[in-house]
Amino acid sequence: MDIVILNRLQQLSERNLLDIAQAKREGRKVIGFYCLYSPIEIAVAAGAIPVSLCGTRNDPIEAAEKVLPRNLCPLIKSSYGYAATDTCPYFRFSDLVVGETTCDGKKKMFELLAEFRPTHILQLPQTQESDGALSFWYNEVKKFKERVEKETGVIITDERLSHAIQLTNQERKAKQSLMDLPKRNPSPISGLELLTILFKTGFFMDKRAKITLINEIVEEIQKRADQGEGPFDPKAPRILLTGVPVGLGSEKVIRLIEKAGANVVCFENCTGYRSVFTIDEKKEPLQAIAEKYLAIPCSVMSPNPGRIELLTELIKEFSVDGVVDLTWQACHTYNIESYNIETFITEKFGLPFLHLETDYSESDTEQLRVRIEAFLEMVKG
Amino acid sequence: MRTAGIDIGSRTIKLVIVENGQMIHSAITDTTHDPLEQCKRLMDQVSFDKILATGYGRHFFETHFDTPTVTEIKAFARGAKALFPSCRTILDIGGQDTKAIALDERGNVSKFEMNDRCAAGTGMFLEVIAKTLGYDLDEFGKEALKADGNIQINSMCTVFAQSEVTSLLARRQKREDIARGIHMAILNRTLSLLKRVSTTPDIVFAGGVAKNPCLRLLLIDTLGYEVKVPQNPQMVGAYGAAIIAREIY
Repeated sequence: MDIVILNRLQQLSERNLLDIAQAKREGRKVIGFYCLYSPIEIAVAAGAIPVSLCGTRNDPIEAAEKVLPRNLCPLIKSSYGYAATDTCPYFRFSDLVVGETTCDGKKKMFELLAEFRPTHILQLPQTQESDGALSFWYNEVKKFKERVEKETGVIITDERLSHAIQLTNQERKAKQSLMDLPKRNPSPISGLELLTILFKTGFFMDKRAKITLINEIVEEIQKRADQGEGPFDPKAPRILLTGVPVGLGSEKVIRLIEKAGANVVCFENCTGYRSVFTIDEKKEPLQAIAEKYLAIPCSVMSPNPGRIELLTELIKEFSVDGVVDLTWQACHTYNIESYNIETFITEKFGLPFLHLETDYSESDTEQLRVRIEAFLEMVKG
Repeated sequence: MRTAGIDIGSRTIKLVIVENGQMIHSAITDTTHDPLEQCKRLMDQVSFDKILATGYGRHFFETHFDTPTVTEIKAFARGAKALFPSCRTILDIGGQDTKAIALDERGNVSKFEMNDRCAAGTGMFLEVIAKTLGYDLDEFGKEALKADGNIQINSMCTVFAQSEVTSLLARRQKREDIARGIHMAILNRTLSLLKRVSTTPDIVFAGGVAKNPCLRLLLIDTLGYEVKVPQNPQMVGAYGAAIIAREIY
């Protein structure tokens, strides 16, 4: 990646930790989040600092396995391991940690995680389709709001919420303009670069600074694209990655795909496109928040038609040549849903499809490489 | 032009030379601890214009000799299609992995799957169990064919299966019956992989394990139709690579 952008990201990442420490000293509360289903607007509206918590690296998994079963999703083990070993600075800063009942593994893990920090659990419905689900969820979001009010001593008014929504909408808009860069053909940015920017800026506490930075990066990369610069051969296959979230430390599949000469142009996951919805600014704010968050198309939902709808859009908009569906080991919901996704991708779009199940370790790199290269041979015909 | 294909597998390295579409030379050697040296030895014995590498060792070969590579999936697809133009499905059981490959009418790969990280049900598994039963590898399949009983083996993990076999032997169970049970276990595992990908005939059975007569017979019996086995099932990948070498240069 461009060294100037990389250096800036690095500098800001380092300063970010100091800024959070300073803000804490000044009495601001920090609220830690794991999952996209948790509405950060509540924290923003209370003047608290929402931070993403660590869970994408292999390092703390061994420690986590002292408590958790080995045969469990690496994301869950990593998240717990960071907390148990106290090696995630953002976890250390958190006055409150937010969990949610998404999959079985996570909800049971959060019971154990509560030992380390005050934890608030959002009870997530398993479906988006019934009216009951939304009103139940609305109530959960409301209870979360009340908890944050108690922790921060701030009354979260509708006005505060509306301002928070406006800010996070801008943030998501900036993120989307970054993620839209690879729509250009050839893409001016690699999947790994895109992931690096998304991941590093994901920890920034100052949302306005983050928006400004992302917008500048986008402009910079646009300029380079206009001069015809890009990281890949114009004929490089354009791959959409769908499935589980990825981050730095768990980017091996993206790295292998791009090393084999293809370009990951789009992420249909919680790291990527699922995170850039727009919350209706005209509706009653809590209701608008509840609606948009519940609509996130994760495989924990049954059924999960939103994922198919989003894939349909993205495959067209990004001129995709092939789809890779990534499942973390022992993640039942993504693993099972893969069958429907494959049927849909191959029948509706006639695109080559590859399902990979792996964890954060490097032990299967060679096996993955052969699958990915053979898949790319299929894509090239 | 004479083109070569070299298939660097986990257990053996195969070299094939093709001229005018015909396989004019083939050689095989153990991979050993020094696969590069083994490759050089195979290559020193012959002359060719271009070479293409496949198999798990393709990338070190690429780095060392600056040659292009192709995956085993594509190499087996091309090799099997050249040997049997009616081929629509390939089953390859090698030293450490099992592959099922579906081909479209034109012979392009339309879907494939491989076994996961573990070597259960592969050539390595057969080797370990044969040794535990006191057979050499060639004997193993033949003896299993002679069995009149079939003892169910429950473990597919190489290590667990080995201890299961040891305890069956301690209970004075017949060696052939245990051997048959092992073959049945491999067959079931192979079939589940095959069914996820394709069972469209003609099916070509390749890789070192295709030399095993018991597994061939069990496969045909279960599928209910003929399975094509090349004369030299281990050479299919190297042959495919040699054919592709001709096309890409």
